[in-house]
Amino acid sequence: MFRIGLKMLIGDRAKYITLVSGLSFVVLLFVQQGSVFCGLMVRTAKPVEAVGAPIWVCDPNLQSIDDSKPMIDTELGRVRSVPGVKWAVPLFIRQVQVRLKDGKFQTVRLFGLDNSSLIGRPSVMLEGDPAALNAPDAVILGKAESDRLGINGQFPKIGDTFELNDRLARVVGIADVPRDFLSNPYVFTTYDRAILYAPRQRKQLNFILAAPQDGVPVEQALQNIRKTTGLGAFSQEGMQWLTIGYYMKNTGIPINIGISLTLVFVVGMAIAGQTFYAFALQNERYFGALKAMGTRSRTLVGMIILQSVTVGLIGYGIGAGAATFIGWLGRNGRLAFYTPYQLLIISFGVTMFICLLSSLVSIQRVLRLEPAVVFRG
Amino acid sequence: MASTSLQAATGNGNGNAAILSKVNKSFGLGDTRVHVLKDVDLEVKCGELLLLVGPSGCGKTTLLSVLAGILDIDDGEIDVFGIRVDNLRQAKKTDFRRDYIGFIFQQFNLVPTLTAAENVAIPLLIAKRPYQESLKQARRYLELVGLGDRSEFLPTQLSGGQQQRVAIARALVAEPRLIICDEPTASLDGETGKHIMEMFRSIALSENRALVVVTHDNRIFSYGDRIAEMLDGRILSVHTN
Repeated sequence: MFRIGLKMLIGDRAKYITLVSGLSFVVLLFVQQGSVFCGLMVRTAKPVEAVGAPIWVCDPNLQSIDDSKPMIDTELGRVRSVPGVKWAVPLFIRQVQVRLKDGKFQTVRLFGLDNSSLIGRPSVMLEGDPAALNAPDAVILGKAESDRLGINGQFPKIGDTFELNDRLARVVGIADVPRDFLSNPYVFTTYDRAILYAPRQRKQLNFILAAPQDGVPVEQALQNIRKTTGLGAFSQEGMQWLTIGYYMKNTGIPINIGISLTLVFVVGMAIAGQTFYAFALQNERYFGALKAMGTRSRTLVGMIILQSVTVGLIGYGIGAGAATFIGWLGRNGRLAFYTPYQLLIISFGVTMFICLLSSLVSIQRVLRLEPAVVFRG
Repeated sequence: MASTSLQAATGNGNGNAAILSKVNKSFGLGDTRVHVLKDVDLEVKCGELLLLVGPSGCGKTTLLSVLAGILDIDDGEIDVFGIRVDNLRQAKKTDFRRDYIGFIFQQFNLVPTLTAAENVAIPLLIAKRPYQESLKQARRYLELVGLGDRSEFLPTQLSGGQQQRVAIARALVAEPRLIICDEPTASLDGETGKHIMEMFRSIALSENRALVVVTHDNRIFSYGDRIAEMLDGRILSVHTN
């Protein structure tokens, strides 16, 4: 009988296509909006990923990586002396203004790396060598968004120069870096030079990168640092979540995307509910005939659930596939798009919920249906 | 007969397919209560085609419904092949219909998205017979009603007469012992109607089976073995053709 149920569904082409296309569109919107949200949130933490260090030490009141709460320089020595810490180096991160050759200004994210070790340097160089940072006025540019530093949208090349805080900066390398939420170009240089490139503040050191000694768990080292120095200490993942949490709490993005997702859900319910209702009305006689001929109500309910689950699965497949394809098309562009498996699971659950809730209308009608309806002319 | 969860019924010992005794049925409550069947007594014999006739609203279709176990009665007794239908619970009634009753409806009620063969196979599928085996059996019955070459047609591709023949094949395919027909010729022209009735007599009737046909159509009265006339919820007369 379940095969008959499927044929009843698929045989009614117009309603079947309406249901599947409606649900596909709903899933597409849901996954697309969800992926944009996840993409934006993940991008807020991209600077952490770009540097990459097992332990981040900072002011205990720091709210995100974009928050600058400098510490006194002696904190570096205190962290180095914490039991379980293998090494610790300074890191300077600040949004600063670049003066371009054409006189325009552009904000960049400036990374000042430890002078000797260059820990935190980009892991993938497209051109040049990180060691070239030892040359006078040397900077490495991240390729993403760096077209903003070139003339007429051209990507800067090795040897190009610009001004940072009235000081010369010369490009010695181009690195592959991720795009971040603020969409500013990345500029890497040494710690000492970065301090000169940024407007002067009373304290400059805003991050300390560290690593645990061999055999010491990161969490143990973090606890030791917090206890010994009173500073904030995070694993790389912890710093990423701190930043994501800040943007979740302090921007309108979750609300805006949440409203979109709610509307998508309502539209999905309306489309699926109306079509299932029409389907139920149209098939009432036939369900009545099946009931009269000896089909048990639970079999009919099973048929309806199978119909709704089938439509849901097909709609989900098409919608999620289309959304993923859109994300793939924009993978190298500015589109913030990230589809974690959790989003796919949630959207699958939402789709099934919409379908099953909508099919309740049909189920209710079938359960109440008197088989005697078949004798009405 | 298809496998049944009901106790095997061999009949009620008198060569009767069904016996209705003092059956009463009403709809509604209070002032709106309508007494549709009033102390109806009726016997349906094995091997006969019984016509149930009478004006609109006299209770023919209600009688058909209670006989088939579709509607519950207020009081009285309904015995079909030795089974007290009025005593069965809903789930058992559903099984009873599956195992003992074949239906032919005025509007055919063929599922429009299924082929003729699939429509005919439905009673077998309800009885949980395998799909392919059911289709094979359905095609055999379509051959029997002269539609062997139309088994893969959708109902919309068939004429009214052909659709009714598909409905007859569907009613017979599970080899039920009582076939209930509600105005089977009402949607057909005179010639087709006669042809359908001839088919009833030649294919559907057998020693162990009975047909009860509700009709307004006096052109087909001659096809009945007996005619029960109803008026205002009562059986006025039963006469033999």
